[in-house]
Amino acid sequence: MSTTLAPGTALPGTAISTLGWKIPVILGIVSVATLLFCGILGPDSSASFGISQSGDVFQIPELTLPGKATGIVLGLVMVAITVWSVMLRRQGRSIPAWATAVFVAAFVMAFLTAMVGGARLHEISLAGLLGGSVTLAVPLVFGSLSGVLCERVGVVNIAIEGQLLGGAFTAALVGSVTHSAMLGMLAAAVAGALVSMVLAVFSIKYLVNQVIVGVVLNVLVSGITGFFFTTLLQPDFEHLNTPPRLAEIDIPLLSAIPVIGPILFKQSIIGYAMYIAVFVVWVALFKTKWGLRVRAVGEHPQAADTLGINVNATRFWNVTLGGAIAGIGGSYFTLVAVDSFTKEISGGRGFIALAALIFGRWNPIGAFLAALLFGFADNLQSLVTIIGTPVPSQFMAMLPYLVTILAVAGLVGRSRGPAASGEPYVKE
Amino acid sequence: MNSQAVSKPESTDVLKKIFTGSALVSVLSVFLALVVGGLLIAATDKDVASTAGYFFARPTDFLSAFWSAATNSYVALFQGAVFAPGVSGPLGPFGPFMETLTIATPLITSGLGVALAFRAGLFNIGAQGQIIVSGTLAAYLGFAWHLPIVLHLLLVVVAGILGGAAWGGLVGYLKARTGAHEVILTIMFNYVALFALRWLLTTPAFLRPGESNPITPRLDDSALYPLIAGGQYRLHLGFIVAIGATVLVWWLLNRSTLGFEFRAIGANPKAALTAGVNVSRATILVMAIAGGLAGLSGVAQVAGTEKVLTDGVAASYGFDAITVALLGRSTPWGTFFAGLLFGAFRAGAVQMQIQTGTPIDIVLVVQSLIVLFIAAPPLVKAVFGMNRKKKAAASTVAGGAA
Repeated sequence: MSTTLAPGTALPGTAISTLGWKIPVILGIVSVATLLFCGILGPDSSASFGISQSGDVFQIPELTLPGKATGIVLGLVMVAITVWSVMLRRQGRSIPAWATAVFVAAFVMAFLTAMVGGARLHEISLAGLLGGSVTLAVPLVFGSLSGVLCERVGVVNIAIEGQLLGGAFTAALVGSVTHSAMLGMLAAAVAGALVSMVLAVFSIKYLVNQVIVGVVLNVLVSGITGFFFTTLLQPDFEHLNTPPRLAEIDIPLLSAIPVIGPILFKQSIIGYAMYIAVFVVWVALFKTKWGLRVRAVGEHPQAADTLGINVNATRFWNVTLGGAIAGIGGSYFTLVAVDSFTKEISGGRGFIALAALIFGRWNPIGAFLAALLFGFADNLQSLVTIIGTPVPSQFMAMLPYLVTILAVAGLVGRSRGPAASGEPYVKE
Repeated sequence: MNSQAVSKPESTDVLKKIFTGSALVSVLSVFLALVVGGLLIAATDKDVASTAGYFFARPTDFLSAFWSAATNSYVALFQGAVFAPGVSGPLGPFGPFMETLTIATPLITSGLGVALAFRAGLFNIGAQGQIIVSGTLAAYLGFAWHLPIVLHLLLVVVAGILGGAAWGGLVGYLKARTGAHEVILTIMFNYVALFALRWLLTTPAFLRPGESNPITPRLDDSALYPLIAGGQYRLHLGFIVAIGATVLVWWLLNRSTLGFEFRAIGANPKAALTAGVNVSRATILVMAIAGGLAGLSGVAQVAGTEKVLTDGVAASYGFDAITVALLGRSTPWGTFFAGLLFGAFRAGAVQMQIQTGTPIDIVLVVQSLIVLFIAAPPLVKAVFGMNRKKKAAASTVAGGAA
C-alpha cells in the first residue's frame, strides 16, 4: 500500500515544483523594479536611437523616446503580463513563450531607454548596438555549439576555452605562414579538434574525470600558446603573427536593409558559417537518425549500446567534431576581430560559451540566442562606458554570469542537461 | 628462521607498493612532464635550430645543443627555486627557497580547500573567487580600520576566512537547495567576484586619496603577518598558518565525525543519506570550509605577500590550486607537498626567464601535463613499459603458485 502511495503522492509534488510560483514571482519583481527605476524614477530627458546608417537604401528617422513615459508604459505592459501569468498559474497553466518574449523585449527596451536617457550623451545607434552584439557573439556561438555536441553525447566540455584559444593561435600562425586566411581557418578547426581528441581519449579511454581533463586542458593550451607566442611569434612577428584578414562579404541590396542588413548579409565567411552551423547542428541533432543516436548515447548509453550503437566511438567523433567547430570560432579572434594573436586572446569567453549552452538548455538554437544575449550585454558594457551612464560597466560585465547562476539554480524555469553527461561508459 | 619468513613478504609488499603503486606513478608523471617540457624548450632554442641545419654532418653538435638548452633552463629553474650556490647578496643562497615557501603558501591553503571538496565528491573550481572575496574583505579591514596590534591581524584573518567561507558556502547552499552543478556555479561565481572587485576598485572607499589607479592603500603594519625568516625575506606567518591548516584538514578528514560524513557523501551520497547523514548540511559545510581555506590564501596575499589589494590579488592561485589538489591526490599532506613543488616551479620560473629567456608559460605546460599523466596511470605505465613487466611478474607468480 505504502509503496504504491509513495510515488502517487510524490508526482503532484514534482508537477507543482516545475510549474511553481517562481516564475510569476520573478516576473513580478522585475516588472515592479522596471516600473519604479525606469519609469517613476526614470530620467526626465529623452533617449534617441539611431536606426539607419548612411549606406542604407531607405532612411528611417531616429527614434526618440521620452525617458520617463516610456519606462512607465513598458513597466505597465510588464505588470499586465505578470498579472496574466498569475491568473494562468491559478488555472494550473504557464504563460506562453511569446508572452515571455514580449516581457523580455519590454524590459530590455525600458532598460535601454533609462540608461541612454540618463547618460551624458542621449543618443545611441541601434544598428551599431545590435551589429556589435552579433560580432561579439560569434566565438560564443561556435563555442557553445561545441559544448552542445559534446554534452549531448555525454561528455562534459569545460575545455571550450582551450579550444577557442588553440584555434585562435593556430589560425594566426598558419594564416601568416601560408598567407591564406582560409587555410588558417581550416588549421584552427584541426587545432580545436586535436584539443578535443585529448579530452576524448582521456575521458573515454582512461576514464579520467571529464571536468578534471577539461580544466587541465585549458591550462595546458594556455601554457603552450603562451610559450610559443613568446619564443616563436614575438621574435619573428612579421612572418609568423600577421595573418591575413577574412574579408567581409557584402551581399548587394540585402545588406543595405536598415538594422538587420549588416547583421545578416554583411559578414565574414565565419559569420555566415555561424548561421549555417547553428541550423545544421539543430537539424542534425533533432531531425536525423544520427541525432537520435547521439542523444540516446548522451541520455542512456546502456540502452544505446543494447541497440547496437558504438557508444565510445560515437562519443569520440562527436567530441572531435565539437572541437573543430570551437576551433573555427577561435579563428574569429585572429582572422576577423583583431589582426594578430596575443596571450589569452580568448579572455574567458569559453566559459561564457559554457554559460550560453546551459542557459540555452543544451539546444543549438537556445544556445545561439543565449550567446546573442551575452554578446549584447558585452557590447552594451563598452557602449555604456562610452556614453557615460550611471550604472557601472562592471555590473554589465557581470550580467551573463549572474543570469547563468539564476538559470542553473532553477529560478528561471528549469534547465537540466543530458542524463549521462559526465558519466564514462564502461561496457560490462 | 620463522621471523625471516614472516618479514620477507612484508618487505616485498612495501617494495611492490612503491614500484607499482601510485607513488611511483606520481614520480614518473613529474619526470615525464619535465621531459616533454624540456623537448619544447629545446625545440624552440636558437642554437638547436642552427645545429639542426648540419645535423647529418655533425650530429653531436645538435645533440649537445639540445641537451644544454633543456638542462640550462632546468638548472636555472632549480637555482631560482631551491638553492643558488655562490650568491652573496643580501638574500644569500637560501633566498630562492624562502621565495618558494612564500609562493607556496596560498597554493597550499587553497589547494587544501579544493582537495577537501574533492573528498566530498564536489568540484570546487571556485577557489579563485573565494580568494578574491576574502582578500577584498581582509584588505579593506586592514587599511580602513586602525586597531591595536595582534587584534587587527586577528580580525583581518577571521574576516578573510569568513568571506571565503560565505562565497563557498553560498555555492554549497545553491547546490544543496536546487541541485545546480557546482562546477558551473563556481566558475560563474569566480567572474562575479572578479567584476565586483573591479567595480570596488573604482570607488573612493577603496582607492588611495586623490588617485584613480585601481590599487588600494597599503595595509596597516598592525594588520600584516609578521615576517618569520628575517627582514630580508618575504616569508611570513601565513606559511605557519598553512602548515596548521594542513594539520587541521588532516584531523578533520581522518579523525572527526564531520570529516567522515564528508568522505561518505563523496563515496556514495545515496548510501550516506540512507545511513542518516544530512547530505545538504554536509554539502553546505564542506563548501564553506573549502571556501574558508581558500580565504586563508586571500589573507596570505593581502596581509603577507602583496600588502595591497589589486584585481590581480588571486593571480592564478585559484586555478593552480586545482592542479595542486590533484597532484596531491586530495590528501592533506599530499596537497601540502604538491603546493611546495608548484611553488618551486613558480619561483624558479622567474629566475629561468631572466637567465635563459625560457618563458614562464612552460611551467603551466609542465603543471598541466603532470596532472594529466597522474590522472591516467595506464598511460604512464605504457610509456615506461611497466604493463609488460607487471604481466610478466603476474605470470611468474602464477607459475610459482602452480
